[in-house]
Amino acid sequence: MLKKVNEKQNTRLSADEIPHVRIADANFPAPFRSGLEYSSPARGTWNIVHTGMLIPEAHEIFVCAAGCLRGVVLTAAEMGTIDRFSTVAVRENNLLDGDMEDLVIEGVTDIINKLPKRPPAVLVYTSCVHHFTGVDLDMIYATLRSRFPDIDFTDCYMNPIMRKSGLTPDQLMRSRLYMLLHEREIDPEAVAIIGNDLPTDEDSDLVKILNGAGLKVHEITSCKTYEEYQQMAESRVYVSYNPDAAPGGDMLSERLGGIHYVLKFSFDYDEIDETFAGLAGVLGIEPRSSDEIAALREECERELEETKKLIGDTPVSIDYTFCPRPLGLARLLLSHGINVTKVYADGIPGGDRAAFDSLQKEHPDLMIYPTVHPGMRFARTANAEAQNGVKILAIGQKAAAFDETDHFINVVEGGGMTGYEAITRTCRMMREAFLEKKEMRELVQVKGLGCEVCIR
Amino acid sequence: MKQTARIISTYSADVMGVCSALFELGGMTIMHDASGCNSTYTTHDEPRWYDMDSMVYISGISEMEAIMGDDEKLISDIVDAAAVLKPAFIAIAGTPIPTMTGFDFEAVAAVIENRTGIPSFGFPTTGMNTYIHGASMALAGIAERFVDDPADKKGDGSTLQMSARKIASIVDSCCMKPNGIKVNVLGLTPLDFSVNGTDDSIVQWLEREGFEVVSKWAMGSSLDEIRRSAEADVNLVVSAAGYGAAKVLYERFGMPYAIGFPVGNELPVLLADQIIINVKKYREQAEDVSFGKTFESAEISVDSGVFLDGSSGRDESTYEKGFAAVIGEGITSLSLASTIELECGIPAKVLCATECPEGILRECDRMTPDEDDIIPELEGAAFVIADPLYKPIVPESAKFISLPSEAFSGRIYRDEIPDLVGDINELLIKIK
Repeated sequence: MLKKVNEKQNTRLSADEIPHVRIADANFPAPFRSGLEYSSPARGTWNIVHTGMLIPEAHEIFVCAAGCLRGVVLTAAEMGTIDRFSTVAVRENNLLDGDMEDLVIEGVTDIINKLPKRPPAVLVYTSCVHHFTGVDLDMIYATLRSRFPDIDFTDCYMNPIMRKSGLTPDQLMRSRLYMLLHEREIDPEAVAIIGNDLPTDEDSDLVKILNGAGLKVHEITSCKTYEEYQQMAESRVYVSYNPDAAPGGDMLSERLGGIHYVLKFSFDYDEIDETFAGLAGVLGIEPRSSDEIAALREECERELEETKKLIGDTPVSIDYTFCPRPLGLARLLLSHGINVTKVYADGIPGGDRAAFDSLQKEHPDLMIYPTVHPGMRFARTANAEAQNGVKILAIGQKAAAFDETDHFINVVEGGGMTGYEAITRTCRMMREAFLEKKEMRELVQVKGLGCEVCIR
Repeated sequence: MKQTARIISTYSADVMGVCSALFELGGMTIMHDASGCNSTYTTHDEPRWYDMDSMVYISGISEMEAIMGDDEKLISDIVDAAAVLKPAFIAIAGTPIPTMTGFDFEAVAAVIENRTGIPSFGFPTTGMNTYIHGASMALAGIAERFVDDPADKKGDGSTLQMSARKIASIVDSCCMKPNGIKVNVLGLTPLDFSVNGTDDSIVQWLEREGFEVVSKWAMGSSLDEIRRSAEADVNLVVSAAGYGAAKVLYERFGMPYAIGFPVGNELPVLLADQIIINVKKYREQAEDVSFGKTFESAEISVDSGVFLDGSSGRDESTYEKGFAAVIGEGITSLSLASTIELECGIPAKVLCATECPEGILRECDRMTPDEDDIIPELEGAAFVIADPLYKPIVPESAKFISLPSEAFSGRIYRDEIPDLVGDINELLIKIK
């Protein structure tokens, strides 16, 4: 429980006062008014440093104010890749003197010249101040490319001020991951899974289908060298299943000529079948047979039943960092008698619209909680008091932190699950979390869960 | 090239310094920023985040709000939150975008104060200076606004003498004769002192020396205790983060200040003696005028870099070869360098990477904000005492002695940050 900073201040909120809304009363897609924002101590989701480090042997250079550099340089240090990371500090005089282009060009040049080994690729991250001062990025990159013709440069951005307009920084970063791919001859048997931070499960429906069809499968998370990364460009089909990867997939397809297929991440049986049938069509392979589908559905039902049997009426909370469809998961679990009481989400993802509509009618008392609302500062204390020792099973790090529970699933961003496997694996993880405690406090504060894949 | 860092980290920024300095005082601090500052601060700069329910938020400013100059959105968001959360004060700290848009911190704070009735501050940080700049600014704001004037309580005698009960308590607890001097400790934040008990060790040292500690700015003291700070006789500035408040308290109440971090076996004794001598001198001067208010003389400061041997440092050539280099915040590094000189007999110079008030560092010390400033200064060093994230730029010929700092490496080496006030010998033995 949190210690009160000042015993004489009465700034605690009770569980009832913690901001929340019944789903029946919630607006789509924004159930809560935007305002000041709180930051949960759960840190498992990846940031733009982690994601950029997925490109093997690439070097990242951030050009920003010190306050902005602080978080990214320590991300690199914590993940053990500070030797692939450098910075150029923007100072007040640069804003006043209008020498921002020179600062980027000369700063990046200086760093490259000091590196012990010439990297094959450099990711240059500019920031909000460059956006607002109208810096000529085209000129900057043209100059850098002419100075260092042996290096591939790409433009990356740390401009969170744009997160409410146009592509989000996350979408933009995922698109930049593939901008360095050079056009090459397309191999009709090659497929690339794109846009994920975490490797797709070997047991996932997607990998099983691709492997079963004898296709060559590329994924950035398994590339050990820059050349291996470049081989992704031979793919005939690019498959994305993280919704934030879709814009990047479209850009890639347009640039290199392959087909981009958006595989929907879903917990709905019919939608799963539909999206995988679509994939089979694009790949030119046989879709799953009705017998196969029936067997997969039966397995899911068995897993859900076993989970319900074990956890009984234990309250379950879900947060949006666990997967792209938190409401879809809530609907599936509730429809199988599992007592989902809370979903932590500041907004409702577009893909969750059907689940939202359905839950409003079928489970109107399901509560939606924000994660960044200022009142959430006091949620941990209020929840711990209200729960009074009752076990809560949390699906996702933020839910675990807000509900102060050690019984939780420590997975972010879908964890590489797809298709029916996402259901069966989630059920197994729920049972494991119910039976075994984890060190929640330590685990959720680790940045970029699973980012070890970047260290090759 | 200046402003580049090939491989080293960067110090916590001014906006985070504001948050850190105010964290325990019951206020609500808002970083006027789009995103990112909050997670950076709460992950890397604030070890108390998980355990204490301080209200630190970001404004989440958007592109359109910045372009349109929509300050009303920020103001109403703050007013709405304050109505529910009832903070003791409100502080807004700036980042690069408000700096570029010419955001008027003072005016917005005034509007918020007018609407809420809650004391409000606007700290024009830019995100382009180090935490020292912001923390110093924030503590100066507290000194300006919240410290009660003892003159308002004339007659209770609290400003001149300790109560008999308090004296007895100090004697009982410390077995040390009280010297009748009350002290505020200024400049305590986890960015310089982590959460390893260094703040408590400073208090214990002061009490062992017979001082009474009135308040600690700002770790371990409530806002009410801070309010009473003018009851003290002297301020001890343990990092440059406390310097702004020391200046304000001098200007408001004529309180002198000492500068130094009581690290080592010998330096703390000298520091305590100097404080006692100077406070007595100061009282004598004060009695010649009128108590505690109108001083014509310059403030008395006790500078650890000056008072040790009465000089302002050795000849510069002493620091060209075989010396120890201490990299870090100015005042703590200077005190450590002084202790190394005193106890190890090795010349030690400071490479100060954060803002440091003029007149504190010696001629041999250097301001080194960038990687390229530091590298040439390390040539010829026999020992380098610094955060582990500096190690890649330290020459192999020098012995590297790790001294992690939250302000530089965040939480990475937190478990290895020593309480140097409690025990310096483990570090000194690596040099002797």
